[in-house]
Amino acid sequence: MRSVFSVALAVGWRTLHNNFTTPSLLIPGIAFPMFFFVAFAGGLSRVNDVPGFQFPVGYTAFQFVFVLLQSAAFAGVFTGFGIVRDFETGFARRLMVAAPDRRGILLGYGFGALGRWALTATILTSVAMLAGMEVGGNGVDVFALYTLAALVNVIGLLWSAGVAMRFRTLQAAPLMQLPVFLSLFFAPVFVPVELLAGWLQTIAHLNPVTLMLAAGRSLIAGQPAHIVGAFGAAFALIAFFAVWAGRGLRRAEAAGAS
Amino acid sequence: MSLASQVLHLARRSVIRTLRQPANWITPLVFPLALMAVNSGGLQAATTLPGFPTDSFVAFFLAFPFIQGALFSTVNAGVDLARDIQTGFLNRLALTPMQSTALLVGHLGGVIVMGFVQAIWYLAVGLAIGVRIEAGVLGTVVLLVLAVLIVTAFGSFGALAALRTGSTEAVHSLFPVFFVFLFISSMNLPRNLIETEWFQVAASLNPVSYLIEAIRSLVIQGWNEEALALGFAIAIGLAIVGLTLSSLSLRTRLART
Repeated sequence: MRSVFSVALAVGWRTLHNNFTTPSLLIPGIAFPMFFFVAFAGGLSRVNDVPGFQFPVGYTAFQFVFVLLQSAAFAGVFTGFGIVRDFETGFARRLMVAAPDRRGILLGYGFGALGRWALTATILTSVAMLAGMEVGGNGVDVFALYTLAALVNVIGLLWSAGVAMRFRTLQAAPLMQLPVFLSLFFAPVFVPVELLAGWLQTIAHLNPVTLMLAAGRSLIAGQPAHIVGAFGAAFALIAFFAVWAGRGLRRAEAAGAS
Repeated sequence: MSLASQVLHLARRSVIRTLRQPANWITPLVFPLALMAVNSGGLQAATTLPGFPTDSFVAFFLAFPFIQGALFSTVNAGVDLARDIQTGFLNRLALTPMQSTALLVGHLGGVIVMGFVQAIWYLAVGLAIGVRIEAGVLGTVVLLVLAVLIVTAFGSFGALAALRTGSTEAVHSLFPVFFVFLFISSMNLPRNLIETEWFQVAASLNPVSYLIEAIRSLVIQGWNEEALALGFAIAIGLAIVGLTLSSLSLRTRLART
């Protein structure tokens, strides 16, 4: 187990170092969520007045939860791009040869994704607070909200790592990104699920992201609901995608990490 | 070889090159419509806001794919031109009797053809899902002309970025900048219904708002002379500025090589 952690810490540190010292990697990860937050919370605040829309802490908080979960998922996906780059440059091959326990590689990328998202979440939260976002939840609620977002980050990472290790080329980037993007947007992004158009409401009801959004929004409002369902769905997805990523790692090993 | 023939050859190359990279034509055809579906489904309730100009959010939002599709094709085309610079293709062309005007017009010709195909596609999908163009058949023609003008304007800025930097990465990095202009606009709500004051000001200063509103006016209002005049003036103005700067950059680029 010690060897898993030593590999994980090294890979995690390298992922974070690369991310924080390369502006072309760092800036999009921070700018995009901020930009979505500004565009949605600023441009659509009038949606608060739509008949049937009731959210006790205002539209900024309503959108904040979506953008927080989105930033978490995409920090995972962007880390997947880094995994592909490592394969393309041949670094992953050397890493596989050097690592005494290769599960540590996956865990390390997970640390990297989490660290990467932590910075984005900190900046996003600061901007939201400066913009006057109301928070109705107490410390425990807020902690649960960020924990849920961290789990979403792990899901995003495991999904993209599985794809990255199977294809080992940046041409697979849309495959990493698009399903995550669609899962997030086929959910109640702008209004609660009851106010969505019929067809989108049907899809949203089947989409686990809807449950996570509902739970996250209830937590920030201080009226927790759907918590067990949301965390249950998150852990189930993590278990599923852990198998997906683990098998991807074995495929990469079998292919000689070329 | 005449100038027209040079232009045709380069435009043909530009189109074929795009067709050979499925990601470059599938993304502009699918992604804007996927976003339109999601936003229309999610924001249909916004049509109940007092003062909202239509009861169909799909019709209201149909202008969005035209602009986003233009952005996609612009960046893709800019990347292709930058790749020509990086691989030395432009250097080899410079050794031939090719005129520099042909390079720019031919390159943009390819972008315009793709932009036109995209515009027809968005329109067809819009009509298929029940959107009615209030300005009628003539309005549809005007909409397509405006869409092509917008693609030309954006395309000239994509070419400018490619010629100035000669780097595919730099052209790629323009995409988020263009995206900011798209999102901080009146794409989701009419400007008079945007509540946040700074956002309303930013959307009013943003030329993309007027391009969207010109297309939108043909779809949901009919003939709104003011919106159309503003939209056409901005598209033509951007095209003139973009083409002028691109021509100057091309001259510098060819002199440098």
